[in-house]
Amino acid sequence: MNGLLLIFVPLGGAAISAFWPSERTRPLLLPAVGVIHTVLSFWLLAFPPPIQLGAWMGYDPIARAVLPAVSLLFLSCAVYAVSYLRLRSERPNRVFVTALLAILGLLSAGHQARHLGLLWITTEAVTLAAVPLLHFNNTPRAFEATWKYLLIGGTGIALSLLGSFCLGYASLRGGGSGDLTFAALSAQGAALSRPWVLIAWVLLLVGYGTKMGLAPMHTWKPDAYGEAPGIVGAILAGGVTTVAFTAILRIRAVVDSAGAGAVASRTLLAIGLFSMLVAALLLLATRDFKRMLAYSSVEHMGILVIGASFGAVGVWAALFHVWSNGLTKGALFLSAGNIRRAAGGRTVDEVRGMSVVTPYSAAILVIGMFAVTACPPFGPFFSELRVLKAAIGTGHWAAAAMFLVALLFVFFGLSRIVFGIVDGRPRVAASAGSIGGMRVRETLGVILPPVVLLGLSLWIGVATPALLRDAWSAAVAQLFPTP
Amino acid sequence: MNETMNLLIGLAMGLNLMALGSSRLPSVVRAMAVQGVVLGCLPVIIERNFDWLVSFVALVTVLVKGFAIPTLLQRAMRSANIDREIEPFIGYVPSLLLGAVGTIASVAAARMLPLLPEHAETLIVPGAMASIFTGFVLLVGRVKAISQVCGYLIMENGIYLFGLLLIHSTPFLVESGILLDLTVGVFIIGIIVDRIQRAFDSLDTRKLTTLRE
Repeated sequence: MNGLLLIFVPLGGAAISAFWPSERTRPLLLPAVGVIHTVLSFWLLAFPPPIQLGAWMGYDPIARAVLPAVSLLFLSCAVYAVSYLRLRSERPNRVFVTALLAILGLLSAGHQARHLGLLWITTEAVTLAAVPLLHFNNTPRAFEATWKYLLIGGTGIALSLLGSFCLGYASLRGGGSGDLTFAALSAQGAALSRPWVLIAWVLLLVGYGTKMGLAPMHTWKPDAYGEAPGIVGAILAGGVTTVAFTAILRIRAVVDSAGAGAVASRTLLAIGLFSMLVAALLLLATRDFKRMLAYSSVEHMGILVIGASFGAVGVWAALFHVWSNGLTKGALFLSAGNIRRAAGGRTVDEVRGMSVVTPYSAAILVIGMFAVTACPPFGPFFSELRVLKAAIGTGHWAAAAMFLVALLFVFFGLSRIVFGIVDGRPRVAASAGSIGGMRVRETLGVILPPVVLLGLSLWIGVATPALLRDAWSAAVAQLFPTP
Repeated sequence: MNETMNLLIGLAMGLNLMALGSSRLPSVVRAMAVQGVVLGCLPVIIERNFDWLVSFVALVTVLVKGFAIPTLLQRAMRSANIDREIEPFIGYVPSLLLGAVGTIASVAAARMLPLLPEHAETLIVPGAMASIFTGFVLLVGRVKAISQVCGYLIMENGIYLFGLLLIHSTPFLVESGILLDLTVGVFIIGIIVDRIQRAFDSLDTRKLTTLRE
C-alpha cells in the first residue's frame, strides 16, 4: 500500500464516472471515492510508507501534513454534492462529477510530487480540470469568469514553468546535472548559481502565487468563486490553493539551501502582507457575498505565506492554518451556496432576512464567519495566534501590527455583509424561495456537511490531535533540515 | 550546428514582430503557427545523433503547434466571422516599436546573465525572452480573444525555447507531460472561446466586464 493509491483511486473513479450510464446514481461515486481517499490518507498518515530519496513521487512528510485536510474537505463536499446535484438535476452531471474526481486525484499527485516538472504538470492539469466546474451554471457571467481564470491562471502557470526551467539551469550552471527533483536540488545547495536561483524564485513565486491567489495576482479569484457553485469554491479555496502553497514551501526550501533564504522570506512577508491589506480593503467595498468569500480566501493565502516567512515556527503555524482555513472555508462556501440558491440573489442589496428563509444555513454562515475571522475557540483563532507569536518571536513587530490591523478590517468587512444578508425582513421573491416554483427546503444533505466541517474546525482548534502536531513537525523538519 | 539554430531562432524573433505589427487575425495566427513549427524543429538540430524519442516529440510539437491549434483557431474565427482586430489597447505601431525595443533589450540582457559557454553564443536565451515579451504585449494590448490566445501561445513558445537549454537533463516524460498539458489547455481555451462567442455573440473581451469591483 502506498501513496500512489491516493492518486489512482480518484482517477479510476473519474474514469468510471465518465462512462457511468445513470445521471441519478453517478453523484454517489463522489462520496464513495471520498471515503476511500480519506481512510487511505489518514491510514498512511498514521503508518507512513517508506520513501526513496530520489523518488519523483512520495507520500512524504509535507504531503502527509496537508493532504489529509484536502481529503476531509473533499469528503464533506462530496456528500453535499449528492444533494446539490439532485437539486440541479436540470444540468447534466457527467462532466461535473468526472472533473471533481480528477481534481482529487491530481491534487493528491501534486502534493506528493517531489520533482519540479511533475509538480508543474499536475498543477496545470488541476487548473484545466477545474474549468468545466467553473462554468457549470452555464451563464454568460460564468463564461466571463472562466475566461479570466484561464488567461490569468494560464499566464501564471506558464511563468512557473519558466521558473522551473530557470531553477534547472541554476543547477546546470552550478555544475550539476540539471536534475529537477527537490532532493537533488537541495543537495546541490550553495553550488546552485545564485542569480538563476533568484530569477527562478521570483518567477515561481509569481506563478504559484497566481494559483494560490496572492495579491496582486488574485484578480481571477472573486470572479471564479463568485460564479462557480459553492462546492467548487470550497474545493478551489481549500484544496487547489494548498497544492500551490506546498509548492512554494518546497521551492523555498531549495532557495534556502542555496543561501538565499533571507531574500525568500522577505518577499514572502511582503507579498503576504500586501495580500492581506488588499483583501481587507476590497472586503470593505464588495457587496456580493460570494465574492466576499473569495477576498477572504485571498486574505488567508496572505496569512499562509506570512507564516511561511517566519522560519520553522512560522511554517508550523502555516500548516496548522492550512487545516483550519480549509475546513472553515468549506463550511462557509457550502452554506453560502445554500443561501444563494434560496435567495436568488448575490448582493446585500438583493438579499436580506435569510435567517428566516434558511435558518440553518444562515446560522452556519454566521458561526463560520466568526470562525474564519479568528474568533475563539475555532481553528483559525489558534493557527493565526501561532502565526502572530512567530512574528513577534522573530522580532517582526511592524508586520505583526499590520497583520492585526488587516484582521480587524477583514472582520468589519465580513460581518457587514454577513449580517446584511442574514438580518432583516426577507424580500417577497426570496421568501417564496423558488427554484422553478419549488420552495427550497434545507435538507439534511446540504446542512450536515458544513456543520461537520465547522465541528472539525472547532476540534482541531481546541484539541489539536497529536497525530497532526507530529505530522506538521515532521514536515517542518523536512523543510528545515538541521545539518 | 549553431548557425542553423541561430538562423531559425532569428526567424522566430522576426515572426514575433510580424505578429505584433499585423492587424489581420489570420496573419497573427499564421505567425504563431510558423513560429511553433520553426521552434519545434530545433530539438532535432540540437541533438546531433538521431534519436527516435526526440524526433517523435519534435514531430508531435510541430503537428500540434503548427497545424492542430491554428486549425482550431481558424475555425473559431470563421464561426465568429471576424478577421481583424479593431481598436486594440496598444496600437500596431506602438506595439511594433515595443517589440523591437524588447528584442534589443533581451539580446542585451542575455549578455549579462551567467550562461554556460556553449549557450552564450546561441540566441536561445534572447529569443526566449523576446517571445515571452511579445506574448505579454499581445495578451495585454489586444481585445479579441483570438489575439490573446495567440499571445499566450507565443509566450509558451518562448518558454519552450528556454526549456531547450535543459534538453539533455530533463527526462522525456516531463517534456511530453508539458506538451500534453499545453495541448489540452489550448483545446479547452478553444472550447471556451466558442462558448463565449455564443453567449456574448462576440469575441471582444471588452464585453466581458460584468464582473468587477
